[in-house]
Amino acid sequence: MLARAETWWTILKICLEERLVYRGDFALGTLMRFLPIVTQIFLWTAVFAAAGSGLIMGFSPDDIIAYYLLTMLARAFSSMPGLASGIARQVREGEIKKFLIQPIDLISYLLLARIAHKSVYYLVAAGPFALVYYLCRSYFPGWPPLEVFAAFLLSLVLAFLLGFFLEATMGMIAFWFLEVSSLLFVYMLFTFFFSGHMFPLDFLPDPWRTFVDFMPFKYMAYFPAVVFLGKVQGTELVHGLMIQAAWVLGFIVLCRVTMQAGFNRYSGYGG
Amino acid sequence: MSYQPSYLGVFLTFVRNSLVRDMTFRANFIIDTISSMSWMIMNLGFYVLVYQFTPNIGGWGKYQFFVFIATTMFVNSLVQAFFMPNAEELSEQVRTGGLDFALLKPIDTQFLVSLRRISWSSLGNFFVALLLLIYAVPRIEGLELSLWQVLLYPVYVLMGVLILYSVMIALAATSIWLGRNQSLYDFWFYITNFSRYPMEIYEGTWGTPLRQLFTFVIPILVVINVPARLMAKPLAWEHSWLAVFGVVATLGSLLGSRWVFKRALWSYRSASS
Repeated sequence: MLARAETWWTILKICLEERLVYRGDFALGTLMRFLPIVTQIFLWTAVFAAAGSGLIMGFSPDDIIAYYLLTMLARAFSSMPGLASGIARQVREGEIKKFLIQPIDLISYLLLARIAHKSVYYLVAAGPFALVYYLCRSYFPGWPPLEVFAAFLLSLVLAFLLGFFLEATMGMIAFWFLEVSSLLFVYMLFTFFFSGHMFPLDFLPDPWRTFVDFMPFKYMAYFPAVVFLGKVQGTELVHGLMIQAAWVLGFIVLCRVTMQAGFNRYSGYGG
Repeated sequence: MSYQPSYLGVFLTFVRNSLVRDMTFRANFIIDTISSMSWMIMNLGFYVLVYQFTPNIGGWGKYQFFVFIATTMFVNSLVQAFFMPNAEELSEQVRTGGLDFALLKPIDTQFLVSLRRISWSSLGNFFVALLLLIYAVPRIEGLELSLWQVLLYPVYVLMGVLILYSVMIALAATSIWLGRNQSLYDFWFYITNFSRYPMEIYEGTWGTPLRQLFTFVIPILVVINVPARLMAKPLAWEHSWLAVFGVVATLGSLLGSRWVFKRALWSYRSASS
């Protein structure tokens, strides 16, 4: 047990150091990522000016900007750059063999590496994020009550887990198709549009609105943001968190099952 | 002996070679085309959604804005087809020392590194844009197309492409100084992001300086706004300065980027040879 914990700790430490090498690039990249927010502010200001009404589907101009800023934070938790394509590459090039030989579980290893990666990211990105949020503080309605804030943090952690296991499952499909880049592109398109990263999902007309409610994507950006803004409250909030947790559990199982099935049919391509 | 290479001949060879290369992996080509199209269609969906709540954005009605989006697609597809793969390759060639071979050839280096590879799949969006344009223009209320608009539109689209090319090649040339410029594409994306909206939306204490910066210093707001306005709005004399400025901005950015590229080449030290 102790030896195992020590192994995981070592893996975590190595991954942490690996990520810290490029910290300057990281901080700059994070700050640049807020540039599209600037154009969004101008765009929505123009939209509200022409619309004449103070609210669009319950969102005020300030709400929308706050919403975009919050989805950036949620995406910082739920987006997993390179996870699925990394798994696919390892399958294609045969690197994945080492997980069959070594006594290390593939999913746990990837999860630890991702936690290390994300921790460093938050450490470095905290500065730029705090700066931008401070500059934009007038758009926010203020701190939510403590229990709502706790629910917000919980939904962020769940968003991280959902993003990880969903994308890992996508990566496991490579055991069957080897090249999954076009599939991943479709996935990226879906998450971008239906996670609420592009606009608040309340704006969608009805058949689509119901569709996104039955999809896991909205828990990766939309849900944490509206929780913070106090747009989901009471039992609705509790239900939302439960459905989010259910999606996480579902994908944990699915990810394991596809990995096992994949290992069974794996035939060791590459050198 | 003075040898004058045939630039057109060389360019046509590049065009043919790239087509052969793209057609070798045909399934990949089709997937690439479809994926870049679906990206633009999703983007269009976003604006269809926005126009449910507002009659206009910065004075642009729905169908006028469709013309704006079509213009964006024309310009971007041309830039992505002709220049994007080359700019990416340039920064890689600097790192590996492959630029040596381009310098040795008896042809203008900027021409060679800018047009070597053409990505045909990016041209898919060109046709989507054409369809969108044909759909949107007759639906704009109170617009009577004059011959001038139809003739000048493609010219200004091309000028927009040249301005974006200048920004791109200047950015790519910086990799000669930096050794490697991996975030080139990111930086490019964030800069051109500003050009994708009507310039009227940049208003107020922050907006006006921003608009002036991106009109007069780095003229990326000219790229889409000028041709789109030309096509989607009735010709008006008070905007003719924009049309004149478009020409000035194009020439200025081409000369400026040429200068940056030449300066950067002087600092080139071959790597790994």
